[in-house]
Parts: sequence; C-alpha cells; structure tokens
Amino acid sequence: MAKSLFEEKLYSDTFLVTSEVGPPKGTDISELVENIELLKDKVDAINVTDHQSSVMRFPSLGGCLLVKDQGGEPILQMTCRDRNRLALEADLLLAHTRGINNVLCLTGDSIDVGDHSEVKPVFDVDSVQLLRMIQDMEAGKDAAGNDLKGAPQFFIGASVHPAADFIEPQLIKFDKKIAAGAQFFQTQGIFELPSLRRFMQYASQFNTKVLAGVIVLSSPRMAQFMNENVPGITVPQEVIDELATAEKGKRLQKGIEIAGRLIKAIKEEKLCQGVHIMAVGNERIVPDILEAAELELAAGRAS
Amino acid sequence: MIVAEQKPLEEIRRTIAPYEKVLILGCGTCMTVCGAGGEREVSFLRSALQMAEAREGEVIHTFSEYTVKRQCDVEFLEAVNPFAEEVDAILSLGCGIGVQSLASHFQDIPCLPGVNTSFMGMADEWGVWDERCAACGECRLAETAGICPITRCTKGLLNGPCAGSKNGKCEVNKDMDCAWILIYQRLERLGQLDKMRRYYPPRNFRPIPRPRRITTKVGATEGGAHG
Repeated sequence: MAKSLFEEKLYSDTFLVTSEVGPPKGTDISELVENIELLKDKVDAINVTDHQSSVMRFPSLGGCLLVKDQGGEPILQMTCRDRNRLALEADLLLAHTRGINNVLCLTGDSIDVGDHSEVKPVFDVDSVQLLRMIQDMEAGKDAAGNDLKGAPQFFIGASVHPAADFIEPQLIKFDKKIAAGAQFFQTQGIFELPSLRRFMQYASQFNTKVLAGVIVLSSPRMAQFMNENVPGITVPQEVIDELATAEKGKRLQKGIEIAGRLIKAIKEEKLCQGVHIMAVGNERIVPDILEAAELELAAGRAS
Repeated sequence: MIVAEQKPLEEIRRTIAPYEKVLILGCGTCMTVCGAGGEREVSFLRSALQMAEAREGEVIHTFSEYTVKRQCDVEFLEAVNPFAEEVDAILSLGCGIGVQSLASHFQDIPCLPGVNTSFMGMADEWGVWDERCAACGECRLAETAGICPITRCTKGLLNGPCAGSKNGKCEVNKDMDCAWILIYQRLERLGQLDKMRRYYPPRNFRPIPRPRRITTKVGATEGGAHG
C-alpha cells in the first residue's frame, strides 16, 4: 500500500508536477499561506524548503503542517546541516503523527553560503545515512538501535545532479541513495535535455522515479548570480543569452517561456515521471509555467 | 604537525596589560616550524611590543625571552624554571597544549596564549599550510585513498560528494579542491573504486566528547577519567 498520496500518483501513469514554497524569515506567514493556497490544487505535491541556501527561516516542518492543514500534499525537505540524529529523528516522529508522509533527504548547503556563517555546521549524518536511518525507524528502531513505541512510515526521496560537470562520483552516490532506500529523486536544476537524457538512460536500470528539477530564471543577472553563488547550479550560456533577448520588464516572462518549453519537451519525450518546479521566491508564477508547458492542473491530470 | 598563527599585536598587548614583568616563551618544535612562535618570532615579538610602548611614551613592561624545546612536554619545562622566577606572567608562543602544560607546571603564574592554534596540517609550499587531520579517532584513510574526507570535505561527508562541487572545487571556496573528486580520482587510479561504492555508516562520536585520553602505560586506568 502506498505510504502517501504522492507515492500513489508517482506510480500511476500521470506526468507529475511538484513545486516548492520557501518559508519566511519571521513570524509573518501570510505570504506562505497564500502561496500554499495558490499551489495546493495545481500541483501534485509541495516541498517546503529547509533553511534554503543556509538562510535561517521558519522551519520546513512548520511549513509542511500548514500545507497539510490547507489540504495540500507536503514533501518535507530535511537537510543534515542543522540537526544531529536525535533532532532529525524527533522531527520525523512529529511529522509522521501529523500526516506528513513524504521526506526528501538532502545533505544541505554549506553554512558558509548563508546568513549565519559563524554557526556550527552539524552534518552528523549525510544524506545516504539519513535515508538508512529513516528505514531503520520504519523497522521500529531508532538510530541507536533502541525500540520505538510506534514506528513511522515515510515515502522517502533524495536529490541527484544529472548536469554535474564531473558525473561519475555523483552516479556512485545516486546508486548508494537507491541502496539506502530512496524511492524517488528530485534532480538539481536542469536547463538542457542532453544531460537529463544521459542520466535517465543510466537511471533506467533501477526501479526508481525521477522528477526533473526546473528552475525559473527571471533575468540574465539572476542566472549569472546563481552560477557564481548557488551550489549545484550551472545555467548554460545559451539560456542566459536567450533571457537577454527579452527587453527589461519582460524577462521573467521569457524565463517562464523557457521553463514551460523545457517541461513540455520532458513530458513529450517521456524522459521521466514529472517535474519539480523551483520558482525561488516567485511561487505565484507557477500556474503561468504550467500554462506555458500546456499542462492541465493537478486535478485534471490525475483524473 | 600543529599549525598556529600569532595573535594580532593589539590583542597581545591587551592580554599582557595587567602584568609588568612578562616572560615571552617560544616553543622549539611545531611553532618554530610553522613560524608562529619559535626563537625568531619570540625575539621579533619582544621588539614589536617594546617599540609599541616606546612610541606611546609609556614603558610599563619588562620583557624577558626564552625558547624551550617543547612546551607540551613537562620534562622540558624544568629548564624554564630559572626564567620564570619573579615574572608576573608568561606569554606563551606555544600551541594551546603548550599553554596548558605551562599552566599546570607554574601553578602561581598566569600563562597567556600568544598564538591562535589552528589545526594539524602540512606545508603545501613554504608559508602555506593546509589542514590534513581532524584527529577524529577512527582513521579511514585506507578507504579513501589517503585523502581525509572528514578534514578536507567542508561537510565531512562519508558517502561521496554533495552536488555543490563545480570544476572539481568546493561550493564554499572556488580555490579549494572538492575532497570527494580527489578521492574518486585517486581510487580510480588505484583500481579501488569499490571502496567508494561501499556504504559508510554515521560516525561514532563517542571518542570525541572532550577531553580524550589515551593510555599506553601498563596497569593504568584506560580513558575513564577524561582528564
């Protein structure tokens, strides 16, 4: 039996669309609530980011509770950067009791790239070890081997970087994540199809589900900034050039068009099971991207 | 070896401010090699402190200097005794271990650090030092082709690289090699990539709660006292 609605959908023949929301820095959650409201019926699941780019924010778990309360399907992003085994386990126990059943296990960006650069990085476990730890919890054991009174169940996933400039070590880690129990993958941002095609050919030997990560770019400057500062992202020069062809004020529209075109191509080629749209602070435009990709809304696609 | 950097002069001046007669004590081993606190640095520091005071027209301190073979070995500290008579404080240019060793030997004299002890490392070239060992207590270099992921991967990952590596460099610093790319390349060269494909469980941090103790003396109690 599927552990979550998201898992159930991923194993159907539907082309899935997930997206993500970034919680606020502070207690004003009104925009987060609005974004969840906007997305919950349009996408199949919503990730809540975990102090993305190592910038301190309202917690991922808190955001997932909101998604749940608002009737959406949450995916709990969980990084290894800020919590040791005790804290990760405790959050997972709470998540399960509140009906949050999808977990995306991530290493987490380095502390140095964020706004709390003087704090202690944790990394008590890495993403592969976190996946295994969750599997142990499902089998009724905590990370120290003690019995749990009531075991959680999760649909667990991880990330992979198909466009990495040095792919072999990434593929070894991908294999290890599968062996550690990852059932689905969200890729780092994809901007061109050849690397995704090569990766999917490799991934086809495993029985795993892949959602291609699509980042919406709002300007050539943003793309340059990401290339220089955001770990795991390389925007090809052609994409930056295409963004620059649009006049100022219409560049986000161009970015939406590029993302839509990419999603449409991925779907038509049946390259993978769906896409994960990262609008990075522009969550409101996700419906426009779906339209540009000529995708129906989640409810329509699932039926 | 242990690598350190001398503290800024102004900080050292603030630290010694309450004391009149100060012995500047160098260390003849690691601190001499890394150039943070050997005989030469002791002499330079003494001159710098004296010049700073002279410039301000108020000479408060009387300095003496000496460099011992190793501050971390109690047996060498006997040689410091004559120099420590009648001083108000010892400014140590030894590493953190040296300062504590002095503090335990000279119970009635304040022992102050003159360097920031940085790490255990080696020289990449003269004057460029790189950290190489985190003293984790569970050496895994046999599995990682002689390249330490705990020290050289900024996240200390054990099962392969994160997605942040670009052009073989770390997401934290474009000039710093990604340890896992280095490990992959060297394992490939040695025909040992199977070692990277293996799963490595979370680290056992039990040897870490500080302070650690190793007992090699026959009949002594092992570790339990934690210093």
